[in-house]
This record gives sequence, structure tokens and C-alpha cells, in this order.
Amino acid sequence: MSTVDPLLLSSSGSADSPSKHTAPARPSVGSLNCLCRADSCSSSVYEDCDTASVNFADEGDAIPRHCPEESDVSRVAERFQSADSHFFHRLSVECSQKERQRKISWGGVMEMQRSPSSLEVGVVSSSKEKPNRPPRGRNKSSHFEDLFSSEQEHDPRLIHINDPVRTNDRYEFTGNEIRTSKYTLITFLPKNLFIQFHRLAYVYFLVIAALNQLPPLAVFGRTASLFPLLFVLFVTAIKDGYEDWRRHRSDRNENNREALVLQHGDFRSKKWKHICAGEVVKIHSNETMPCDMVLLGTSDPNGIAYIQTMNLDGESNLKTRYARQETVTMISHSSYLGLIKCEQPNRNIYEFTATMELNNQRIPLGQSNIVLRGCQLKNTEWIIGVVVYAGQETKAMLNSTISRSKSSNLESYMNRETLWLSAFLLITCSVVATGMGVWLFKNTKNLDALPYYRRKYFTFGRENRKDFEFYGLALEIFFSFLSSVIIFQIMIPISLYITMELVRVGQSYFMIGDTRMYDSSSGSRFQCRSLNINEDLGQIRYIFSDKTGTLTQNKMEFQQASIYGRNYGSSLQVTSDSSHEITIAESSSQHDRKPKSEINVDALLLALLKQPLFGEERLAAHDFFLTLAACNTVIPVSTGGSPDLTNEVSEVGAIDYQGESPDEQALVIAASAYGYKLVERTTGHIVIDVQGERIRLDVLGLHEFDSVRKRMSVVVRFPDDTVKVLVKGADTSMLSILRTRNHDGLFDSLHAKTIETTENHLSSYSSEGLRTLVIGSKYLSNEEFSEWQERYEEASTSMTERSAKLRQAAALVECDLTLLGATGIEDKLQDGVPEAIESLRQAGIKVWVLTGDKQETAISIGLSCRLLTQGMHSIIINGSSEIECRSLLADAKAKFGIKSADLGKQDVEDLHNGDVSKLRSSNGQASESGIQNFQLTGVIANDKSVNIEESPNFDDAELALIIDGNSLVYILEKDLESELFDLATSCKVVICCRVAPLQKAGIVDLIKSRTSDMTLAIGDGANDVSMIQMADVGVGICGQEGRQAVMASDFAMGQFCFLKRLLLVHGHWNYQRMAYMILYNFYRNAVFVLMLFWYILHTAYSATLALTDWSSVFYSLIYTSVPTVVVGILDKDLSHNTLLYYPRLYEAGLRNEGYNMTLFWITMLDTLWQSLVLFYVPFFTYNISTMDIWSMGSLWTIAVVILVNIHLAMDIQRWVLITHLAIWGSIAATFLCMVLIDSIPIFPNYG
Amino acid sequence: PMVLRIAELTSFGAGASASTHQPSPAIQNHMLDSKFTQQELPACKPILTPKWVISVFLLVGVIFVPIGVASLLASNKVVEIVDRYDDACVPSNVTNKLAYIQNSTISKTCRRTLKVPKDMKQPIFVYYQLNNFYQNHRRYVKSRNDQQLRDASKANETTLCDPEKTRDGMAIVPCGLIAWSTFNDTYTFQHNTNNLSIDKTDISWKSDRDHKFGSDVFPKNFQKGPLIGGKTLNESIPLSEQEDLIVWMRTAALPTFRKLYGRIYVDLKENDTITVTLDNNYNTYSFDGKKSLVLSTSTWLGGKNDFLGLAYLTVGGLCFFLAFAFTLLYLIKPRKLGDNNYLSWNRNSAGH
Repeated sequence: MSTVDPLLLSSSGSADSPSKHTAPARPSVGSLNCLCRADSCSSSVYEDCDTASVNFADEGDAIPRHCPEESDVSRVAERFQSADSHFFHRLSVECSQKERQRKISWGGVMEMQRSPSSLEVGVVSSSKEKPNRPPRGRNKSSHFEDLFSSEQEHDPRLIHINDPVRTNDRYEFTGNEIRTSKYTLITFLPKNLFIQFHRLAYVYFLVIAALNQLPPLAVFGRTASLFPLLFVLFVTAIKDGYEDWRRHRSDRNENNREALVLQHGDFRSKKWKHICAGEVVKIHSNETMPCDMVLLGTSDPNGIAYIQTMNLDGESNLKTRYARQETVTMISHSSYLGLIKCEQPNRNIYEFTATMELNNQRIPLGQSNIVLRGCQLKNTEWIIGVVVYAGQETKAMLNSTISRSKSSNLESYMNRETLWLSAFLLITCSVVATGMGVWLFKNTKNLDALPYYRRKYFTFGRENRKDFEFYGLALEIFFSFLSSVIIFQIMIPISLYITMELVRVGQSYFMIGDTRMYDSSSGSRFQCRSLNINEDLGQIRYIFSDKTGTLTQNKMEFQQASIYGRNYGSSLQVTSDSSHEITIAESSSQHDRKPKSEINVDALLLALLKQPLFGEERLAAHDFFLTLAACNTVIPVSTGGSPDLTNEVSEVGAIDYQGESPDEQALVIAASAYGYKLVERTTGHIVIDVQGERIRLDVLGLHEFDSVRKRMSVVVRFPDDTVKVLVKGADTSMLSILRTRNHDGLFDSLHAKTIETTENHLSSYSSEGLRTLVIGSKYLSNEEFSEWQERYEEASTSMTERSAKLRQAAALVECDLTLLGATGIEDKLQDGVPEAIESLRQAGIKVWVLTGDKQETAISIGLSCRLLTQGMHSIIINGSSEIECRSLLADAKAKFGIKSADLGKQDVEDLHNGDVSKLRSSNGQASESGIQNFQLTGVIANDKSVNIEESPNFDDAELALIIDGNSLVYILEKDLESELFDLATSCKVVICCRVAPLQKAGIVDLIKSRTSDMTLAIGDGANDVSMIQMADVGVGICGQEGRQAVMASDFAMGQFCFLKRLLLVHGHWNYQRMAYMILYNFYRNAVFVLMLFWYILHTAYSATLALTDWSSVFYSLIYTSVPTVVVGILDKDLSHNTLLYYPRLYEAGLRNEGYNMTLFWITMLDTLWQSLVLFYVPFFTYNISTMDIWSMGSLWTIAVVILVNIHLAMDIQRWVLITHLAIWGSIAATFLCMVLIDSIPIFPNYG
Repeated sequence: PMVLRIAELTSFGAGASASTHQPSPAIQNHMLDSKFTQQELPACKPILTPKWVISVFLLVGVIFVPIGVASLLASNKVVEIVDRYDDACVPSNVTNKLAYIQNSTISKTCRRTLKVPKDMKQPIFVYYQLNNFYQNHRRYVKSRNDQQLRDASKANETTLCDPEKTRDGMAIVPCGLIAWSTFNDTYTFQHNTNNLSIDKTDISWKSDRDHKFGSDVFPKNFQKGPLIGGKTLNESIPLSEQEDLIVWMRTAALPTFRKLYGRIYVDLKENDTITVTLDNNYNTYSFDGKKSLVLSTSTWLGGKNDFLGLAYLTVGGLCFFLAFAFTLLYLIKPRKLGDNNYLSWNRNSAGH
């Protein structure tokens, strides 16, 4: 060991170090890891730098190390200097690193213990590898300086490929051991207690218990007062411990899995936990990635690997990852070199930015070059990659956090009432304290002699005439106050919080178990991911729904196409003659079970394609289908065997298309049905089987789809060496970049005509609810191509603002396109959606649809799911400037007599914008659809329109608001929010189309921030995540688009129509149950407290309890708790059939009928009189009698228990066996406990 | 609040190793398809129809009124003589009653004459009644040590007994304020010049004698301090036989209470006179407490107490009244069961 010192590598940098050596006494956190090893064995070396060694000492102790047998002074000093030379730079890096590491992994101890093991391995491997490595110490050192001076703010992470020692020379990267567990055996007790006491309730318990330990305040016996706290702590600790043990077990399994790691020149098996950053790992097919790795090479000569990211985002389709061509060659020569600079670990699993330096060449690395921990390798024999993030720093681990906890509406009301109760508590305590003061004042003179008070000692000796337990009037009053707080503590129903948790668990159990919310098609049942907001489901007033995948199935079917101005596919619907339809499903069905591959083929189009490649139309069709097949990210996977595509794939159905977007899949499948089969796709080329003839297209560049451009393009070189850019995209973004002139620079009327007819087709597609895409292409001249190529290369290797630069490059080629055609893809509605929406609306819930689709598509979906009905008046707002939007909103409001919150201001604005706002009422045009006319906002740029259906009495007519994302930009960002709010809230239906994910959240926030109404957002895709998180209740659909939405949601389910049952039935029940339970708990505790309070008024305000200590402890713990929970879980006011049949019953929750201030005060008055009866009936019965305090106490205990249980029994709506057992059982248990308590000799009322 | 991490367990319990675990449909159906999980257990849903409500009120009235009448009758049968003597037994020339009572040199014997208002059947219970004496005061209630009282070997166990804990460093048995302040007035009765013997045995709870006060625990150092609180105890008699102490130590629940002094097994005739000779030792003057001597017969209900009977009668009467009122309402203005007009959203048509 001693001969191998990884740090010698950088010792060449020591030449310039002596100057720095003069000032070593800095608090050197930065380099301590380099030095502590030496420090622990030969600290004498550091005589000249005491402070430094002191700083290292503690670290050094924590890291036991193998010492070099002989460590000569010079070398250690040298080491120190070299490390020191990087001091300034590392300091900041390391500090932040340290902090972060501490946050990620809880236990500092574990962290420390892990480091040495990974280091040892590293040292061993590096010793053998050393000869293979070219000397690059010097470069390295200077490189460091460069890096930090130029890109300090980026703070990159440096990974030396196959050089874990150097990569980890500062131990800044965590090892690959993961620890999801929170505790170890030693830390369990303190840490668990610490975490538990984060809950305010427990602190309250603790304070009360602590108060009770003070001698003048000891109301309860010491054990009795600690019992509730200890009980709760114990139970929670057991639960936490069990959960943690399970985590330990799974961690252990995980950490002890093995992977092939390059050691001593070849791949040898190594446990996952010993893998560290910088190591080269080989993964075979169907194995799981142990850490986040940058691909270096794969079994595929082109460096392609297919992975399944099921564990990460839930998507079951295969994704392609590429190794850079440069590294593939490197791997084939078995030389592993290079330095990867990548960003610091982060949670974003969809982005990765890094560069690799190899042979003085900078290679850009992106998302497609990294494979993440948890993914599985599929269809690829092996891959080799270098570990960049390990263990806790992997993206999967960083993402494995619990969703944030929300608190329910009811709970916040409850907290408000808890404040009232606190006030009440303070009042009662003050009454007691005041009474105490008055009583003491009246009896001041006699206090010494009162036989039942006795202020002074009257013994001979030391204590004679001293006060006993008397601290002066003021303090006595204060103590009396505190004692009453101890006695009346349960006025604040701490137990309620625990009860609520239990009830919610029970409610969740029933929601999860509901077979009517079990989606048998996907096998997914209802999930409760958040346990705190069950009852909010009963109070939802606004539902914000995504369209695609939520209302619709997200199973795309290619329905129609418009090619070169001719419409195909629509005839299918008219003449559904089987002879016209050729389904390719027959052949492919055996391979592909999904119905989405079944498509209908238009005979005319097929006939056109059979013609020889001649004529404009035929060529356009050719290019059209080539674009469909080429311009996408779909991967053809041969379902039979390996994706080795050298051999002929003759059968049609042998290829399964794996893609991230269902639209693209549908298009590719359609293309293949028309004879344009995508056969092979690599980074470099695409092979398409055109009617049996293979065409190889070289891919020169690919601009991926982004939400700004809303299009995707691919630059390909055809076999005949022509370069073409193939583009597909949303119509708004495409129609503006089509060419208007022909090659001669003249206005191309023919093309314009094609555009016009295509636009007509597009609008008719949209009105049928189809999703549309526009296809275009362009030949690139050599100049255009080279200019683009230059920009593209530069952009794709850029570390900063890569996406913006790529966008600029894309803009170079995505212009002056020739229109080829358009496609219409159908997205079918899910089962039961119209019925569900109908019921929800009857229930008084406003359903808003927020979609990224076009206005027309959105409207047609709105119609088909009965959101929009024929009798509705629709207000359409699509303005393209702030002023326009303002006037549109104002006009709409004026037209429909919507009162605004700030009317005065509105009038002024109306006057101001009077001339600007030209209301274009377009009733005439709106004839066909019965709702409104269609306009393509993208083309008619200056189109401002409020389309309002005039109606003789639109005052009581239902309104629908349709607004597009463009207008929302102006409205949400300016001060028009309140206008929109006024308008939108007076509409029955709101449809927002063309909205970006963040806008969705903005709309939710619009409602959430302005009303107290509860909002629910439901969606299935990553674009809905922001909305789901913003809304009070987020519901995720386990759909086609992965698990992002589900991970962010509070509840997740298989289909939209379950929402009806979830809200109308479970929401209603949960709300009613929880509301009643809260009121009942307030009642239960208040009755008890008031009963005690009345008694204290008759004990000279001395805070005596007639009840035994244990009875008061058991009251809320045993005597009355079970029925509360049982009723909170099981009671039903109405059957689910009734609730579904009369959706209006849901409005009870909307009107806060289950729980409100009035009910609270009524309950409190109820409490008051019941407690008076409860106390004074026994009081008057046994006043002036021989009744002793403990008998009386027992009487009161039993009385109060029977009273509250009978009260509950009278409020129970539906008795089942369990309810009976709970209520009568509780009363029986009370008797039993009383008997037990009385027969145990240590209690005061024993006997 | 307690955070139960169910969601965490099911979704991402084991970090990266978590897989989307889906049980097979067969297991699921078996697990899910039960009446319990579908919340469709056979249930009984009581609906408060007018008939039900009226019958319940009638029933309660029918039960309560007789009980009330019986209680009142029983209470009226009890003959009770209450004689307050705290003022009367201090000579009228004494101005400072407190000084008078605290002066142990003055004889405090006092003679009272009681007239029997009605025939009294034996056993006649003799009680003393104290007013405004807070035996339920927290400092007082706790000032005892049950272990010491029960167990001779725990004689030195005197926690909680302050300030009557030790005398000269020796533990007081029985310690504490309660024992220290044991009532010490004594009564002797004469009936028509004959001595009327009082049976002072078996006046305490048997369980107290058997279990709470040891038969081998003898008073020690009791009432030897400078301030005498009340009764002194004979050090040769074990605590279990000191019944006055046992009675006293079963602290009263309320500030006005009676404690059993003894029983007289003689029938008394109406207009008989009873002469009571009493030692007025106990100091209630420091807190304006009243002292009374009570002779009372008993019935199945216990002592004299009109309250309970009145309470039953009131509640029963109220139930009858409500039953009557509801019947009227039902006959005059009947309501259809399940009338939608009374649903909350129909009542206030304004909506939310």
C-alpha cells in the first residue's frame, strides 16, 4: 500500500507550491480528506502547521486508515503542498459538497464509514492500472485552474474515466451504497425521539407532563401523567422501527447485488455498494443499472442501447440511449480514458448536461448518453459505462422522496376552532386562578391553621414556622393557573390528531379496496398517496382536468390525412365498406396486442402510393410518408429476437415500435401500413422499407420536439446525396413557416391553394376531435446546409444554453417549407367520461378542461364529453395583445351582465378601450357547429374575436368560456387576472386550450388564491405535474404517459370516470365522517373538561380531580376512543347508490354542512348544558351526604363515558355489528377498567 | 400529528429498488371482494319517524314519573334531625370564637336538646355534618400515605405527608393532614334520662378496615406537635380498629358533607326529647365552617333527598309534554317522510 500513493499523480504540481506553503495555517476544510490519512499515522509531520493538523484530527479519527509503513517527511509535505495549491478553489466546492452530503444522508457516521471501503478498492485498482495510464498530471493541474477560473459558477463534477482514485481523491462523491433507512441500532432511540418531537402535539404532551412533575403542580401522579406521551411515543417508535427494518433489509439486498466492474484490466464482479464514481461498469441484458452511468460503448457497433425506465418513471416502453461514437472506438481498443465534466447531482431525470474531454477534444454529452440507476437494459447484449453519480447522488435516489404533505380544508377549520378552544381553556383556567386568588385573599389570616390547607410547618426543629408549598399569593395564583392547564389539557384535543390519522388510514383502506375503482384493464387500483386530505374530496368545487390521457384514452389512432390538398380517410367513416379497408392488424396482432396498431387504410391513398414515383402529388405523398416514418424518435424493435438488423426483416408484424410519444407511434404504424416501414434507427442513419425497397437515410441532425417551437425536424441525406429537412409540428407553428414563393421567388399560388385546402381539412379534423399535425419538408442547398451544420455542431457541444442554441440552429432550416400535408389522429374518450362529467356538474362541481390541444379539438372533445351542451352560450377569447384581451374580457362581461369585483375601475377601462374593442359578434358564421365558428389563430394573426351567441335571455343561460394559452399569457401575467376570474367563475364550463404546463398551474392558482373553494387537478402526464401539485387535491391517472403525474399526486387511479365515485361517494363519506368525528371529539373532550371544571369550583379552586389519575388518562385513550374511530371509518349517512343517483347530495360538502362555525358553537352549547347536567345531578343528589370523593369520581367517570357514547350512538346513521361492539364494548370496558383500577392496592380508591 | 407513511411504503419504500408491484388480479379479487371492504355490511339504519320519537318519549315518561314519585315518597319517609351547634355551643359572652376553641384549658362541654319530629325507626344513624370544609382540597386530598397506613413495615414511608410528616425526625403514623385533622367532637345521648348507647362499630367501609388500614399498624408520634389538628389516637389500638379515623380518611367529595358517627338501635317516638352532651373541640371557626349533628333514619334510597325524585319527575314530565306536543304537531301538520323540499339545497334556493 505504501508504495502506491494516488496523490503522487498531482505531485508534479508541487513545483509551484513552496510559495503557498508559507501560509498553511488556514482552516483547511478543503483538503483535509487528502491529508487525514497521513495525519492519523504520522501527525508529527505537521509540526509546522498546527492549526491544520488540528482541523484534520477529528476527521482523521473518524476515518481509520491503513497507514503506509514508512512515510517519509518529504513526501507527506509534498503532498500537503500539492493539495494546498488547489486550496482556494476547492474550498468553496467542498463546503457546499459537504453540506449537501449531510443533507442527503442522515447519518454522518455511516457516511464516514463508507468512504474508506470505496477508497481501498480504488487504491487497489489504480495500482494495477497505473501502467496503462498516460501521464497527465501536469495537464490536469493546469486544467483545474482553467476550469475553475472560467466556469466557477457551473461547479462541475469531474469524473476521470476508469480512475476512481483520482475521481474520488477528495471523497466528495458518495459511494454507491444506498441507505434509505433512517436509523441504526444506536441512533434509533435519540433520532426517533427527535423526529417524533417535531410534532407539535407531542411537545404539548411533553410540556404538560413536565409541568406536572413540578411539586406544586403535581395534579396527576407522575407515572399517570407520562403514560399517554410514553404510549404514543412507544407505538410510533415501534411503527417507525418496523418500517426502518424493512428499509434496512431492502437496502442490504440492494447493496449486495453484484455488477461487473473493470478491475485489474478486466471485468470482475463486485458488490454494488463498493462501486464508486469513475469506475467502468459492464451491464448485461436484463440487468439493472447499479448507478448513473455515461455510456461508453455497447454491444451494438453504433453504440445504441435500449433501456426500460419502468422503475424510474413507470413507462414500460423502451428508450434508446447512445454511446458517443468517439467512446465506442475507445472501448473497442480497451482503453478507458477521458475526463467527464458534468453537472452536480440533481433530481431532473429528463436532463443531463456534460462534456467529455478526450484527446483534447470536447464531446458533448446529453440526456441520451446517460443511463440511470434502476433502469433495466433490454434488447442489448451489454453496455459499458462510466459511473458518474453513485449511491445517494443518483437521480433515482434523489427522486425517491415522499410527496409533500398537505393538510385538509377541514383540518384548517379545525385548527381555527382549536384556537377558540384554547381561548376557552385559558378562560376556564383564569377562572380557576382568579377563584384561587380570591379564596386565598379571603383566608389569608387563617391559612396557617386551616386544617385542609395548612400553610406552615408547625413542627419542632428546623422547619418550624416555615411555609410549606406556599410561594406567595401571586405565585400561588400562577401555579393554580398552570395546574388547571394540566387538568384541562384535553380541551385541546390532541388525541384528535391521532384519531384522525387512524380514521384516514381506515378510509384510505376502503377507498383502495373499492372494486368499483379498480381498473381491470391496466390492473391498477386506487392509490392513496397522501393520507391527510381524504375529507377534502368531499368539498371539491373546481376540477381542472387534463384532456389527453385523462378524458381520452391516449391510444392514438391514425384516422385521416390530407396530402397535397387532398383529404384521405374521411371516406372510411361514410362508406364503412369492408372491401375498402385493409387491416394490417391481422398479421401484426400476434406480436402486438395493443389495439393502437390496428389502423384502417384508405384505399385511394393506397392506390396513389402504388403508382410510380412521378408527379407532384405522388412525390408529396412519398415525402409525406417518409417524414412520418423518419421524423420521430420511435425505435423499431424486432419483437422476435435481438435488434440486430442486418438480416432481412420480411414480415410486416415482426417490428414493434417503441416510442415515447403515442402520437409518433401512431404515425409510424400508419406509415408502415401504407408501405413505409421504419426498419432501423440509429443516431447516424434510418432505414426505411418503402414498398419492399430499402432506403437508407443518413441523419445529419435532429431537432427534438420542444414546447416553444412545437415542431420537430430531422435533417437527412438521401441516397442520391440530396439533403432534406423533414419537419412535422403543430399547425400553429408550422403554417407560419411555410413557403409562399417558389424557386423563382414568385408567389406560388398553387402552394398557397394547397395550404388553404389543407387548412380547411385541418379545421374539419379538429372539429371531429382529431389531433392534427402538419408535415412539411425542404431541400437544403449546400450553403444552407453547411451554415446550419456549423451552428448545429457548435450548439450541440455547448455546455451552456444548449437548448437555446439548438433552437437557433433549428430556425435556420425550419423555414420556407413546402407543405406536404396534415394528419389527423384520433384520441378516443375513455369509458364513462361523459356520464362522470354530467354527474360532477350536477353535483355543483365546475369542471374546467385545461389542454395543450387546439381550440377546435378542445371544443369538440368538450362537446363529446357533454361538457359543452347545445344550449350553452360560449365566449371565446383569443387575443394576441394585452389591450385586446382586456377589451374582450370587458365586452364579454358587459354582454352577459357579469358583475365584477371592482366595478368602478372596470368602467373607466371600458371608456378607455372603447374604440379599441371592436366586438366582432359572429352569429352568422356559427351555424354549422351550433356553438361557434372555427378560426385558425395562427394564420389570421390579428384575429381578435369574442364569439358570442346572441340569445334573447342569456341572463339565466349557461355560459361556457373558451380561452387559449396565448390570451392567458397576457391575462395571467398582467393585471387582468381578476377580470378573467369574474368571467370564468360565472361560466359553467371553462375550456383552456393551448396551455403550457405552468399556465395550468397558473389557472389553478387563479382560483385557489381568490376563493376558499377547494380545487382538484387531474391529469396523467408530466405536463400536469405542476397543476397537480398546485391544486388542493391532485389526482393522477395511471395512464400511458408514465408515472410522473402519479408520483406527484395525492390520489391515483386508473380512469377518469372513477372520479365520480371518488368524489360523490367516498368524498362525501369521508367528509361527513371526518366532520362529525371532529365535532364529536370536541364535544367529547369539552364535556369532560367542563365536568372537571364545575367540580373544581367546589374544591376551593384547588384543582382537585375527583376522578382517579388513571381514569382521566384512560378517558380519551380507552373509554371513548374506539367508537370514535369506528364511526369515523364506518358510518355512512347515505348509501352509495343514493349518492350516485342524486349527485346534488355532494353539495352538502360544498356548503360546509358537515362542519362549520355554527355547528361548532352549537356543539359547545350542547357541551355546556350536558356537562352541567352531568355534574350537578350527582352533585345535588349527594350534596350533604357521606359520599366520598373517589366514589363520586367513579360515578362521574361512568356517567360521562355513558353520556358521550350514548350521544355518539344517537348520531350514528347506520349501525353495523362493529359499531355495536365498539360502543357497548367501550362502556363495558370502562366498567372493567374501573373495577381493575379499584382492585389494585396502589390506587387511592382501592378497596 | 402522527404521520403514517403508507404512501411511502407502497410506492417508493425501498428507494431505487422499488418496483411497481402489482398483485395478481386473482389475489386482489379475493382480497377486495368482501362486504366489509365494499362497505356493504348488513346494517340497521334507524329513522326517527314521528311514531318512533313519540313512543320513545312516552316510554321514558312512563318509566321516569313512577320512579320520581317513589323516590319522593321514600325521601319523605325519612325522619331527620339536624342540629347546628357550632354557634350555640360557644358561650354568648365569648367574642373571639377562634381563641375560645383554641384554648385547651376551657372545658367545651355543651348540652343540646333535640325533639323528635316523627317516629324514628331503628337503626338511627348519627352523623356529624360539616359545612365549608374542603376535604376535597388538592393539598388535603393528597396529604396521606396509603402504604404507611396499610403496612407496618412501611411506617417510615411518609412521602406526600408534608407538613405532618415527621416529629423530631421520627415518622408520624398516620401521617398527613387528613389524619391530623380528624374530627374530634364527641357526642353522648340521653333519651328520657336513659343513656342512649351509640354503636360506633362498623361505621367505616369494611374494605377499608380489611385492606387499607393495617391491623398491625399502630399510631406513632401522632398529634405530638405544637399544633393539634384534631383527634388523638390511642397508640395501643391498630389503625384498622380506629374507625373514626377510617371514616374521616375517606375524604368527602364536596365541601358540605356528613360523616357517620355511629348508630342508635332504639326506636324513637314522636315528640321524644333527646339530650346530647357534646365536646365541642373541633375548630371550624377559623374558616366559618358550620357543625351540625344529624340523626336520621334511612330507606331503600338512603337518606333524605328530594332532589332525585324531583329530577325524575321533571324529566318524565318533560318527556310527556314533548310526546304530547309532537303528537299534536303530527296530527295538525303532518310531514311526508322523505320530502325533498326539506333538503338543504331546496330550503335555501339561493344555492351556495
